[in-house]
Amino acid sequence: MKQRAAILLGSAFVALAALVLVATRVVAADKVDPVADAKAFQNFFFQKFPNVKHEDFVNGPYSMNEDMKRQWQEKEEFPPYEFALDAGKEMFATPFKNGKTYADCFPNGGIGIRQNYPYFDEKEGKVVTLELALNRCREANGEAPYSYVKDEMASLTAYMAYTSRGKPMEIKIPDDPRALAAYENGKRYFYTRRGQLNFSCASCHVQSPGERIRAETLAPALGILNAMPIYRSEWSGMGTTSRRFVTCNSQTRAVPLEPQSDEYRDVEYFLSYVANGLPISGPGARP
Amino acid sequence: MKRSLALAMLLVASLASSARAANEADYKAAYAAAEAASREAAGMRNQWTVTVSALAAARKAADGGDFDRAVAAAREAEALAKASIFQATSEKEAWKAMEIR
Repeated sequence: MKQRAAILLGSAFVALAALVLVATRVVAADKVDPVADAKAFQNFFFQKFPNVKHEDFVNGPYSMNEDMKRQWQEKEEFPPYEFALDAGKEMFATPFKNGKTYADCFPNGGIGIRQNYPYFDEKEGKVVTLELALNRCREANGEAPYSYVKDEMASLTAYMAYTSRGKPMEIKIPDDPRALAAYENGKRYFYTRRGQLNFSCASCHVQSPGERIRAETLAPALGILNAMPIYRSEWSGMGTTSRRFVTCNSQTRAVPLEPQSDEYRDVEYFLSYVANGLPISGPGARP
Repeated sequence: MKRSLALAMLLVASLASSARAANEADYKAAYAAAEAASREAAGMRNQWTVTVSALAAARKAADGGDFDRAVAAAREAEALAKASIFQATSEKEAWKAMEIR
């Protein structure tokens, strides 16, 4: 009798221990862990494309196709974004009506800081992108904000990116539950299918980089924002990160969100964070 | 025999009702249903461009007095909006399956 009770008690104990172990694993799977995410994200691409140099992923489709890469390298001798770069440099240095400049709004006078954007603003409790910070700078100095999808914003960010070329992306997630929530929200947005075509960002840029979608070669998601803003031949002009998100949404037949909405800011935070360590290559040029 | 006759009459009646040209009231009812579903989808931040286009097509057809086309477009818009709601609802959890871990 005693033996039976001991067996029953022992079995119950083993079952309880197993339950605790399983529950811990479930909790661990749902826990937001950006460091582990970034490692897994980068390893996925490094293993999928073992012949691509890690720092090359920031060159989008050119890292996936040797012929395209050679054409692009030749084009880089007279890059199509050069006019935007010149305009951006001039705009950046031109004082506002109150005499101040963009340099007064940013750390290090705005030079060589692109790799730190977006950041999580603990006062506001939200993600602040470079585009948003530029417009806030304008408004704080009595100037009207620029459109997030047009040339002026692209020129300014092109110049700022250029001053950071080669610097590794360095996005921080502070020890703040709101920052983790923003990161997780961005991750969710990235993987969520939307639009009549039922595509997520990952459908193209995780599942199919290097493959063609109509005439275009899809870029890998890893380092995709390091090259922003970009000159796109398809657009016959420059495009900001905001413009890229809006266009991606439209292409899946989803109504785009408003530029710099929380979701776009958060997905930029997520994508930039998982590209930490990869160099800034913006402004870029794309077919 | 009686049962067959009743069934035949029912069939004829249903065909006749579906063959009837749509009127403004039909359009308004169809459009209201489509608009409600579309609003719900937009509230979930998951509106589809094709829903917006179908709603616009319904309005345009109704403005031109073509209520058959207007009702058809409104019904299409409602179906699309409902599909986008289904997508947004299922993706609340389904996105995790795509995540790189």
